[in-house]
Amino acid sequence: MLTRRIIPCLDVKAGRVVKGISFVNHRDAGDPVELAADYDAAGADELVFYDITASSDERAIMYEVVERTAAQVFIPLTVGGGLRTVEDMYRMLRAGADKVSINTAAVLNPQLIEDGARRFGSQCIMLSVDARRINAADEPPRWAVFTHTGANPRPTGLDAIEWIKRGVELGAGEICINSMDADGQKQGYDLELLQAVSDAVPVPVIASGGAGSPDDMYRGLAEGRADAVLAASIFHFGEYTIAQVKAFLSEQGVPMRRM
Amino acid sequence: MKIAVINYGAGNLPNAVRALQAVGADLFVTERPEDLAQAEAVVLPGVGATADTMQSLQQMGMAAVLPDLVASGCPFLGICVGMQVLLATSTEFGDHACLGVVGGAVQRLPDEAGKIPQIGWNQVHYRPAFAAHPLFAGIPDGTDFYFVHSYYCAVDDPAVVAGQTDYGLSFPSVLIRNNLVAVQFHPEKSGRYGLQLLRNFVNFASHSRGISGTELDPGRAGPPATPSNS
Repeated sequence: MLTRRIIPCLDVKAGRVVKGISFVNHRDAGDPVELAADYDAAGADELVFYDITASSDERAIMYEVVERTAAQVFIPLTVGGGLRTVEDMYRMLRAGADKVSINTAAVLNPQLIEDGARRFGSQCIMLSVDARRINAADEPPRWAVFTHTGANPRPTGLDAIEWIKRGVELGAGEICINSMDADGQKQGYDLELLQAVSDAVPVPVIASGGAGSPDDMYRGLAEGRADAVLAASIFHFGEYTIAQVKAFLSEQGVPMRRM
Repeated sequence: MKIAVINYGAGNLPNAVRALQAVGADLFVTERPEDLAQAEAVVLPGVGATADTMQSLQQMGMAAVLPDLVASGCPFLGICVGMQVLLATSTEFGDHACLGVVGGAVQRLPDEAGKIPQIGWNQVHYRPAFAAHPLFAGIPDGTDFYFVHSYYCAVDDPAVVAGQTDYGLSFPSVLIRNNLVAVQFHPEKSGRYGLQLLRNFVNFASHSRGISGTELDPGRAGPPATPSNS
């Protein structure tokens, strides 16, 4: 039986992990390669690196980070952030990424999804979407897509569900859906959003934004029908280990990879 | 023990090479069929579609030599699409011929299986006759491996199926026939057990050279190279 996946996500800037991470006895708390190896040993099913680098000099460092990671860590690695062309994707895949994640670049140029899927296969293309609910709680929910999330998110005018359907038609092989409303709140994933995405497309869905506990992850997988859960701070700050989360989910009957 | 890894442009070639290097394999990467003569074992990695892969292998002249290479007894490992192209035919993007090393057809996973492609970790269950095969040394029955695929190998001869996995149906996830090994999952992405399987292949290859399908029974499946304990 296919197991559900637990995917830690690391934000990397100029070759360093941005947020302080305090959960393991690694020699270098800011080295993404060491952290990736730690998460692999801890039972992560997959890893995501988000490159939040601005300059092209710093981007070159990211290729080197991915190469060093791929030489030591033998679980799937997705890299996102700043990939604007098929050539950018190719370089990242050659460096050792198994998949690339695209977000803003796909909104600005949807053809990038199709071109990437054609060249590398749909399984390589993860479409990442930042969505915020735009209507009242008592209305049937609707979510809009935003780009440049952070201090000044920009509305795109796209309906999240319609955009995700289009992305899959263009060749995206996996969807990572991040709820901007739930992100950072640690009150659980936006389950309605997850359900809507899971119902809309036949490809795997990764839940992102809002996990504060193993039970939140359980609800994202069971009620939200996500195939995988992405999480950052819950693991980075040592609130829960991956083993604790997996033990809890197994007890609830969610199929987990055995270590 | 020189292992040739065939480069036909598959995106994951570097990761297959890195994983083999991590288990100490002495390897070289090649695009040229004539180089295979120097190889003591051959690995065909892969991700992608059988049609594209076959086209590349044909253009490189590999398609013409691989069936004879396998028949000669050279230890061979096919990974993912490198497994699928061993079959006789594929239905992916229209019916087309593949290498015909193993009888059967590459078919799409059934829609009722769930999401397609299957992406993630799933269990490999050994068939009893192969449970003691050296490829599986140190790897418990039912271990999870990382799969990414929409098609599977529907083989004609059940005797070559060494491992099976459930996704809507029970499909062959490991084939073994004498010197020939093929896996549907990605051992290079399956953590420590994936590395163990690659290490086992390297060991198996160094011991099994010369035990060929040709010697035992030309042109068809012979018994497994290692007798089972059942």
